[in-house]
Amino acid sequence: MITIIDYGLGNIQAFVNVYRRFGYPVNVANNISTLQNTTKLILPGVGAFDYAMELLNASGMRHDIEKLVFEKKVPILGVCVGMQILADSSEEGKRSGLGWIRGDIKSIKRECGSSELLMPHMGWNDVSIKDKHKLFIGFPNGYRFYFLHSYYFDPINENAVVATTKYGLDFCCAVQSENIYGVQFHPEKSHHYGTTLLKNFAEL
Amino acid sequence: MLRPRIIPCLLIKNNGLVKTVNFKSPKYVGDPINAVKIFNEKESDELIVLDIDATVNNGQPNYKMISLLAAECRMPLCYGGGVRSAAEAKKIISLGVEKVSISAAAVNTPQLISEISQEVGRQSVVVVLDVKKRYFSKECDVYTHNGKIKTKYILYDMFSIAQEFGAGEIVVNSIDNDGVMKGYDLEMAINVKKIANIPFTILGGAGCIKDIGDLIKSCGIIGSAAGSLFVFKGVYKAVLINYPTADEKDQIIKSFYLL
Repeated sequence: MITIIDYGLGNIQAFVNVYRRFGYPVNVANNISTLQNTTKLILPGVGAFDYAMELLNASGMRHDIEKLVFEKKVPILGVCVGMQILADSSEEGKRSGLGWIRGDIKSIKRECGSSELLMPHMGWNDVSIKDKHKLFIGFPNGYRFYFLHSYYFDPINENAVVATTKYGLDFCCAVQSENIYGVQFHPEKSHHYGTTLLKNFAEL
Repeated sequence: MLRPRIIPCLLIKNNGLVKTVNFKSPKYVGDPINAVKIFNEKESDELIVLDIDATVNNGQPNYKMISLLAAECRMPLCYGGGVRSAAEAKKIISLGVEKVSISAAAVNTPQLISEISQEVGRQSVVVVLDVKKRYFSKECDVYTHNGKIKTKYILYDMFSIAQEFGAGEIVVNSIDNDGVMKGYDLEMAINVKKIANIPFTILGGAGCIKDIGDLIKSCGIIGSAAGSLFVFKGVYKAVLINYPTADEKDQIIKSFYLL
């Protein structure tokens, strides 16, 4: 069962639709009883870092999700802000992140120091894969995804970087550490590119 | 490389899809959900949906319709119409919409832009500016309520204000060019680009793919939105939802932008 974590942020239904369309069993979890039969977790997110952490902490699910991820080693995919909160902290906010993948969320604009760069980074951009990776197989037309953000994940461990994209600077847009995955772009809104990635995640 | 965005803009009136000319004479062109399904198949870059009744009728956003659209939409969706508070914007985002647009409310109370952007993140806040050129002048005035109310602002001032107050994107919608299909106001677009430090989108005037190419050629990475072009076909304006293919889009970008 693929479980979409509904803590009040992100396109829950968009993920559900993608998986239903391809015949994968999927459910939405908004309390711990709905996390029972989970074999894959998706942590979506749209919006600000602090607000996302606030909602996740208030959801009552954090403890059980952590048990699934760290004890049962259930694969989890964070998307957009859902990926950013995997980090320790963010320049965008004051709250602590989950700290599941060590690193910080940084401002693209401040890091690259260009005043001409339009912010947020908005639209379809090409993605470069560092090494062959399980999430990025079966892409005949290259890797292109929809981005909508101003901050990026800078992991402490270089090996956590799965893919990068370029806007002002080359930055990490996909991370992995063991069974924890994250993508900065929106696979649920990236047409066939996105559905391929989501299917790959389901097949892990 | 980040690509320019080519964006269909759908107008909703009485729960149906309509297309206007100069913001007037709305013509019924079909069912919005059906249109979204077709744009899914065509893999459009993004979609803008504007409820043109909501503000004028002093109504609330139609949350039921928005959640149906968001659930169907496989590309990023921007919704606008009748949004007057941060709570409403937040609710719309929670329905699975990526961006929420405000127009009249933003012009009347720019502070609202900051409030919404604090709640949902700057990247999800779009300000739509409906503008009309003054006679014998290059100056554009900002209008609200489907072009019926002229505000005290000129385009460039309001653009800067919206930017300062925390908008993540600005859509400049030309009332003069709406539904006319004779090309974008390129001069206006270039002037907007000079003051922009956030992404912006031009709407109004596109009548053929070359018009989009011309906009991209003059402004580079820009949002190029169109209504009529993507819902009508031919000189008699037969209703036919259409959108360039991936190859056609590559061609536009290569020939007009990357050379």
